[in-house]
Amino acid sequence: MGRKNWLILLGAAIFIAAFPWLVAQFKAISHYVDVMVFAGIFSLVCLGLSLLMGYAGQISLAQAAFFGIGAYASGILTTKFGFNSLVAMAAGMTISGAIAWLVGVPSLRLKGHYLAMATMGFGVIVNIVLAEEVNWTGGPSGMADIPPFRIGTFTIDGEIAWYYAVWAVVFCALIFCFHILHSRVGRALRAIHEEERAAESMGVPTARYKVRIFVLSAVFAALAGSLYAHYVACVNPSSFNLMWSIRFMLMVMVGGMHSLWGAIVGTVLMTFVGNEWLQVFAELEILVYGAILLIVALFLPGGIVSLVPGRIFRRKAPEATLAEGAGS
Amino acid sequence: MTGPAATAPILDIRDVLMRFGGVTALQEIDYAVPGGVIQAIIGPNGAGKTTLFNCISGRTAPTSGTISFEGLEIQGLAPHRIAELGISRTFQHVALFKRMSVLENVMLGRHPRTRCGFLAAGFRVGGMRAEERRIREKALDYLDFVGLAETAGRESGTLPVGKQKILEIARALATEPRLLLLDEPAGGLNMRETEELGELVQEIRKLGITVMLVEHDMNLIMDISDRILVLHYGKVLASGTPAEIKENSAVIEAYLGMDDGERPAAQKPGPGY
Amino acid sequence: MTTDFFQYIVSGLTIGAIYAMVAIGYNIIYSVTEIINFAQGEFVMLGGLFAVFFAGPLHFPLYLAFVCAVGMTGLVGMAMDRFVIGRARNASVMSLIIITLAVSIILKGGAMLWWGKDPHSLAAFSTGGPIRLGGVAIQPQALWIIGICALIIIALTLFFRKSIYGQAMLACANNPDAARLAGIPVKYMVLLSFVLSAMIGAAAGVIITPVSMMEYDRGALLGIKGFGAAVLGGLGQFFGALVAGAILGLAESFCAGYLSSGYKDAVALVLLLLALFLKPEGLFGSGEARS
Repeated sequence: MGRKNWLILLGAAIFIAAFPWLVAQFKAISHYVDVMVFAGIFSLVCLGLSLLMGYAGQISLAQAAFFGIGAYASGILTTKFGFNSLVAMAAGMTISGAIAWLVGVPSLRLKGHYLAMATMGFGVIVNIVLAEEVNWTGGPSGMADIPPFRIGTFTIDGEIAWYYAVWAVVFCALIFCFHILHSRVGRALRAIHEEERAAESMGVPTARYKVRIFVLSAVFAALAGSLYAHYVACVNPSSFNLMWSIRFMLMVMVGGMHSLWGAIVGTVLMTFVGNEWLQVFAELEILVYGAILLIVALFLPGGIVSLVPGRIFRRKAPEATLAEGAGS
Repeated sequence: MTGPAATAPILDIRDVLMRFGGVTALQEIDYAVPGGVIQAIIGPNGAGKTTLFNCISGRTAPTSGTISFEGLEIQGLAPHRIAELGISRTFQHVALFKRMSVLENVMLGRHPRTRCGFLAAGFRVGGMRAEERRIREKALDYLDFVGLAETAGRESGTLPVGKQKILEIARALATEPRLLLLDEPAGGLNMRETEELGELVQEIRKLGITVMLVEHDMNLIMDISDRILVLHYGKVLASGTPAEIKENSAVIEAYLGMDDGERPAAQKPGPGY
Repeated sequence: MTTDFFQYIVSGLTIGAIYAMVAIGYNIIYSVTEIINFAQGEFVMLGGLFAVFFAGPLHFPLYLAFVCAVGMTGLVGMAMDRFVIGRARNASVMSLIIITLAVSIILKGGAMLWWGKDPHSLAAFSTGGPIRLGGVAIQPQALWIIGICALIIIALTLFFRKSIYGQAMLACANNPDAARLAGIPVKYMVLLSFVLSAMIGAAAGVIITPVSMMEYDRGALLGIKGFGAAVLGGLGQFFGALVAGAILGLAESFCAGYLSSGYKDAVALVLLLLALFLKPEGLFGSGEARS
């Protein structure tokens, strides 16, 4: 990744590090730390979705389901089988990725709407299973008493600890994504997005790459789900339904799906909208989400980051790639 | 077969038939391309030239017939497989990755010759950095070869059309093909650029790469090609050396017409195009 | 045992008729525009709730409530085309998916504001107890549903075969550019396709409400099952949608009867996924789906 992205990353890291201290100065908003934990968890889902939408040009309406698979895998494996939280998390990510591969291989061969519909159908099926398998999942009322996240003897405990842990994971994931984008793989993905025919003829197996990015997005969602389950300690199917998949998509769209920073900005913003600012108008929530989604899709397809002047958040300028090597 | 074809064919097209619905674009094409030559394909619009390229490069599978590349049947393989096997191509309408830099376009061409996958890229492990450096160096070499090194950092969509066409060739070369398909490389080029293109194509042949080109610019064709294949309504009308084609009465009647070897005025856009 | 079997067949065909109608709604819009309308299910929900509104608070007779509900939903379809789809003519497939999804949420949110979260009921179309055939009890409403579905299919077939508008719409579907050159107002045909498909969806909503009630968030599930029928039947195929709707309905009904009622909603979705994976062109379709 280029120097510019490192600078933004540094700035963002300083802001994130100072945020708990900042909000602690104002009693009325001191609970924003809690909101930010959720924003961080959702950011992980949205980073994967942003790669899928912004680069492979595909829509998934199953991200909430993969999120749920991660959450329930952690919940079930830790409470019923006494798994270590880290192992349970890894297991959830693996299951989620494997399922995504099974769903992705056939549907990504088809035209655009089919992945959307196939993932939508798959998401609803997962939700039905979560509600029906009462012995495993606790059914519609869900499962409670999921133990705190423990690594060795260290337990993540309390809002502040969770806040820093989650955002540390987000930053690692962000760097991981930037690394992918600025590599052979990322070039191939960008090439598929810009000119699929040419990418194929230059040796890029486009279908395989689309499937892999879909799998990656599912793994990210499962990682987030696992963190979510441990943070809230109780989960039920309604957090993983179609509406949540659409919310994740909305978060990515609002921020700007062609930018990883956009995914983060959109997620943080929409999490505050959903958890905080829209609470007063709870009845209007769905309507407001629909309206925002429509307005963004019609009038601001580049999302919020496209409003930022200059190229700060935009895809790295080509000159930057050159700095190290072209002079030779 | 006439002409000085002593080398084994690099590409062997046997009974290739291509139908789209009720339209027959190629009717049982039977032709072998010898290794190491510059092979031109000419014919009026709709003669099936691009369709033939699409069959060779895997964009479409022929309805029937076989295409063998170095003895291996390749009809119906996916385009990325064919690129891996050693056939690369350019497009009639420039198909660059416009928002990527010139250098990145050529770096993408290294895709079939490099290995790093999702995890290696994400975690920066497994020799990924070294490979990335080699990709960059190689790509710069190819840019240097075609004479675009000084534009490496520019966004490729901002290059003039002539340079975009050359960049496509550099990108195709970066895949290390043994057979290179050029689809109307001179389209949109002015006189001087066309001349430089001709020299470049001859340089490419000197690297041992067989070049097939579809082109309307008859001067260029006659200058550089070793063999010419004339397609007409999806059939082989004639084939041979430029001299033989010039003399061929069927070709003169059907294609070259009254101009008798001159390029048809309407086919070549002016320099400002 | 056999009575149960026939009972399941009757209820399967009844719900299957509804899925077929939703599928036909997808097909009409897809045929003319190649858009998959993710708000199709919401038309069904709106039809049902509008009928509740006209028959309940406004005390319209049922037939009038039916007509008004279908008409109102038709207007919604018109508004959707005029104010949303019309602004996104050149949008990518992805944007169109997002846009129609957004419309579906707006309709759902609007319905929740208007009618609240509780399910609403509607009187059956004819009074009287179930008709007994052997041991099988057939609700009169089931006959209404199947009859109205058949009527709509016949009317649509006539419309596309005989009327100049139907012919023009098919022409747009086959080749929009040629249709435009031939003087067919393509824009108007797109509008017509949205209105028509909204009205058919609404009709399905009105006739199912007496059987299963209706609430604001039913649209998505009805929509996706209807899409299953559309895919299984071959996208764009009217007859295929009918058969596929019946298959989905029967599968669902048998699952509820013999296996597990909790999983009955999953059956149609599993069939949708299987159809997409194994035979995306559908049972009766051409090779449309492969890219």
